[in-house]
Amino acid sequence: MKLGSLNEALTPILVLAICVIWAMVDSGRAVQGIDSALRLMTPLLLACLAGLYSERSGVFDIGLEGKMLMAAFSAATVAYLTGSAWIGLLAGIAGSMALSLIHGLASITFRGNQLISGVAINFLASGLTVLLGIKIFQLGGRTPSLEGAARFQPIELPLAETLRGVPVIGDLYSNLLSGHSILVYIALLLVPLTWWVLNRTRFGLRLRAVGENPASVDTAGVSVTRLRHAAIAICGVLCGIAGAYLATSLSAGFVKEMTAGRGFIALAALIFAKWRPWSALFATFLFGLLEAIANQYPNLDLGFITIPSMFMNALPYILTVIILAGFVGRAIPPRAGGEPYVKER
Amino acid sequence: MDKMPKWADVILTPLISVLLAFAISALVILAIGENPWMALKTMVTGALGSSYGWGFTLYYATNFIFTGLAVMVAYHASLFNIGGEGQAAMGGLGVALVLLYLPLPHWLIALPVAMIGAAAFGAAWAFIPAWLQAKRGSHIVITTIMFNFIAAALLNYVLVNLLRPVGSMDPASARFPDATHLPKITDLAATFGMTWGEHTPVNVTFFIAVLACFLTWLLIWRTRLGYEIRVLGRSEPGALYAGISPVKITVLAMLISGGFAGLMAINNVMGESERLVLNAVEGAGFIGIAVALMGRNHPFGVFLAALLFGFLYQGGGELALWTSIPRELIIVIQALVILFTGALDNMVRMPLERMFLSMRKRGDA
Repeated sequence: MKLGSLNEALTPILVLAICVIWAMVDSGRAVQGIDSALRLMTPLLLACLAGLYSERSGVFDIGLEGKMLMAAFSAATVAYLTGSAWIGLLAGIAGSMALSLIHGLASITFRGNQLISGVAINFLASGLTVLLGIKIFQLGGRTPSLEGAARFQPIELPLAETLRGVPVIGDLYSNLLSGHSILVYIALLLVPLTWWVLNRTRFGLRLRAVGENPASVDTAGVSVTRLRHAAIAICGVLCGIAGAYLATSLSAGFVKEMTAGRGFIALAALIFAKWRPWSALFATFLFGLLEAIANQYPNLDLGFITIPSMFMNALPYILTVIILAGFVGRAIPPRAGGEPYVKER
Repeated sequence: MDKMPKWADVILTPLISVLLAFAISALVILAIGENPWMALKTMVTGALGSSYGWGFTLYYATNFIFTGLAVMVAYHASLFNIGGEGQAAMGGLGVALVLLYLPLPHWLIALPVAMIGAAAFGAAWAFIPAWLQAKRGSHIVITTIMFNFIAAALLNYVLVNLLRPVGSMDPASARFPDATHLPKITDLAATFGMTWGEHTPVNVTFFIAVLACFLTWLLIWRTRLGYEIRVLGRSEPGALYAGISPVKITVLAMLISGGFAGLMAINNVMGESERLVLNAVEGAGFIGIAVALMGRNHPFGVFLAALLFGFLYQGGGELALWTSIPRELIIVIQALVILFTGALDNMVRMPLERMFLSMRKRGDA
């Protein structure tokens, strides 16, 4: 076995090991915990895939956090006013797309600094959501809590009831996989879809090329700016779904700063996954698991040492720094990332 | 040949950018159904209309000078240090440890020692990202973001589990000894028989901040190290060719940058709260980005921009107090300033360049 493939298998093995050990040590809470890890993973996965499209096209995006926050706010607001979670989802996507457009304008059209634009977008979202929230609802920046059809309700997968009796597989299927909101399944389906788009379509090939060597794409007669704008638009849609999921499914309404750094954890997961879709699934699930463990056991007692919850919360960031340092499987970003493309005249 | 005269580059472009940011802020205020003119008046009276207002404005400005200088020094080496927030938080820890565990009889002795503690902790927190950037090529923006979160978690742990006095529920350290309290400027004014800015937190750190601006100017434009930092910032191959070690200069620039961010703790932790509380930095590390961008990475510009943001901060507080405009308006203004002076710089610059070029052509003809 090559060392490279071992490295790739590391995260899935780690994730599986954590799940199995957890199930053996404390099976009651493990099922509950892994179930919630799946829910906590969903916004991370969506935002991570969003960042993947943007960064594979050569546009850094540290504004994932802001776009998610904006989407969460607009989704919750519209879902409350219309009573429909689906219209809320559309509004969430629109809110996130608006910020994506600003990012595209600044970093592609005007060839500005992509990182600075991302920072600005994060602040813009953090200020505007509270400002508008107070203006519309007078609740100190919250939206009223959502009920009924204004939230995405859990759905039962087909055959979940019939398979419940089957040991192991039935348990996993009906207790863990079934009974989440539709957005969780959309997020999961987006992983193979993204893989397919990137590796099996013409658009995906060009997208990857424009992130590595935009001049070659330009020479081939394909517009670099149009491709990058398209990538950023996809990024906006996915961040929009992520934010809508946070506000209308994971919780029942918007609260101030509700993304709580998830955009940055998604960014960390993207590096952890080395900008690849399947690895993104495992990386975000790992980070979801860590969050679930920290929630279930505020002070994790391992017998010889007690791990405080703060450490578990910081672990995604610490792991990312270690990965970035290149000691365990070096992460190399798309080569043209962060560079505005100047067309030759 | 330059496309624009220097004054247009240094003054006109940022000025137009800032005006654009403010114009859109005014539209935002209009959109939430308030009067922008009234808002401006409230802010000016609240922040600049009395010595009380000035006391707060200058206190905030002191914070922003330090974090602005931090971003600026790194920027000259073309490193984007987003980690000012974490470095300033760690600087607070440095100050707290020094003041709580060393017997320091007088503030004149405590101040330099605490400054060393603050700068050392801030610099140490910048060291790992710097070293990883220099040696392993790990992108400093991502690592410093990660280190902000790690610092927050670490500080949370230290305050809750280690520094919290027995029996206290509040996640904060014990109060620092009375002898180490820094004199407020209002106390200094009182010794001269004047009443100025009573009950305001601005303290002697303000003078240190002004001094720091001057020293940074000396460092960047009048020393060998500053020259090497600027060369590296312009071109890494150029630096290598000139015999400058990119590793050494990257690490040094980030240590200075982290040190400045850490020094902010002298103002907010030692000077104001006089104990270490959770989230003492309150976003000042990020405002440093706006301040450095707006100040065109020059210490004097940083000083002016810090004053402006000090005014916005104090004025924003007053807005929340007297009108129904929430404090968060300031975050929007801050975002717009970063957007227009930083990311959308070319949007203002390109038409201006075209204008100056056509003016020059007409002059030649």
